[in-house]
Amino acid sequence: MDANSFFRVALPPVCGLGLLALLWMIVSSTMGQDIPGPRETWLQAVEVFRDPFYRNGPNDQGVGWNVLASLQRVAVGFGLAALVGIPAGFVIGRVEFLSRMLNPLISLLRPVSPLAWLPIGLLVFKGANPAAIWTIFICSIWPMIINTAVGVRRVPQDYMNVARVLNLSEWKIATTILFPAVLPYMLTGVRLAVSTAWLVIVAAEMLTGGVGIGFWVWDEWNNLNVKNIIIAIFVIGIVGLVLELVLIKLATAFTFEEVKT
Amino acid sequence: MSVMSNAKFIEIQGVEQTFRTAKGLFPALRDIHLHIAKGEFVSLIGHSGCGKSTLLNLVAGLATPTEGVLLCAGKEIKDPGPERAVVFQNHSLLPWLTCEGNVYLAVERVFGASEHKAQLRERTAAALALVGLSHAAHKRPSEISGGMKQRVGIARALSMEPQVLLMDEPFGALDALTRAKLQDELLEIVVRTRSTVVMVTHDVDEAVLLSDKIVMMTNGPAATIGEVLHVDIERPRGRVELAGEPRYLHARKAVIDFLYKRQGQVEKVA
Repeated sequence: MDANSFFRVALPPVCGLGLLALLWMIVSSTMGQDIPGPRETWLQAVEVFRDPFYRNGPNDQGVGWNVLASLQRVAVGFGLAALVGIPAGFVIGRVEFLSRMLNPLISLLRPVSPLAWLPIGLLVFKGANPAAIWTIFICSIWPMIINTAVGVRRVPQDYMNVARVLNLSEWKIATTILFPAVLPYMLTGVRLAVSTAWLVIVAAEMLTGGVGIGFWVWDEWNNLNVKNIIIAIFVIGIVGLVLELVLIKLATAFTFEEVKT
Repeated sequence: MSVMSNAKFIEIQGVEQTFRTAKGLFPALRDIHLHIAKGEFVSLIGHSGCGKSTLLNLVAGLATPTEGVLLCAGKEIKDPGPERAVVFQNHSLLPWLTCEGNVYLAVERVFGASEHKAQLRERTAAALALVGLSHAAHKRPSEISGGMKQRVGIARALSMEPQVLLMDEPFGALDALTRAKLQDELLEIVVRTRSTVVMVTHDVDEAVLLSDKIVMMTNGPAATIGEVLHVDIERPRGRVELAGEPRYLHARKAVIDFLYKRQGQVEKVA
């Protein structure tokens, strides 16, 4: 790496992280013992990650199991939402009547915090785990419906004219024109859904308990183990970042050149 | 097919097209009467906004006229269909399919019910060979030039063996040299396939070089056919030989006179 690209590419993020550490140290030294500093937290993190997959009963498991449990809930809830939301988005985008019928419902329900649905989930499913999955389902379904529907509506008229001139069947239109054209929009919906789901799962697990990174945070708060809470914040951030990066890579791989008008 | 229906293969009777816009009704076309014989090459020429593309879309069946009737081979044109293939102005290739895939989509739709996969692939290859693109069959549209994309668009349209080939400013977006090359290719293809062609253009030379009949349209709104010029030059035609040909020069002058002397006030209208 030459000097120029070092100053342009590598230095700024390092400065950013340095600034974070500096602020953290200032806060921790002015707050006395309440907030542990970066050094102590780092030592604790090394300790925590020495054995992330231990199991001492249901309420004492390694951070690795907690993260995996949360990811699993997100995967199930998100997967179910994709199964329902993407086809729903296609139909809403394609059929004017359904779009007018369902848009008010979506507008009404979308701004509701997904956590408000948690009690309903507990009531209906009689269990903490399905209720958390239900919450993830609710929060990830809206971006997928909306983005898919917008994508379907924005399929270039030229492509639809090709379909009309060739007199393609609705199935052929869906598979050879709509699906590839909508894919980039759909993946944007997926990305928004996954990042929202990852935000929501932490809060949901704080309320439902069990195994999960959110519950871990809450549990460590009850133990007054602030170092682990800070570690959890970093873990949540890094996992979220990795999810985002993977989905962005996926989206760019499936984006095609648009017709130039 | 009788001589009568050959002479009036496409019939346009009293067609009027009005668009509903935010500012109210906009009359685009009025009082269009035209017939096109089988195997005839017809150009629609006029200034921008004169409704020539609108008229082509009506023949394609992509739009329905407010008034009047369009017939093709004695049947009313109600919907688009593969017997009236369209070459779009901006090629409209699907970017996620290869050139071959784009042509195959059309071939499969038209002949898929009656022919085997091998025959369909043969047709696809033949269509690409016709426009000289066999070597680019496995490339995606983003990997080839504008002229090549337009040729794939033409190959896709021709592969359907349509009764009519409809072209909406097919070479409008290309540079002059590429345009001339594609015009020459099209001349050859038309002679070989004896296609009936309706082409929208704003290029006088293109119209005279390619057409049997040039339909000149008045300025919009409420545009109509101002004059129809027959170009009585035998085929095959060559660009170089025609350059000094009096009939060519006469036709060219007639179109230019119409466009710039009689319909020259386009700026004031627009």
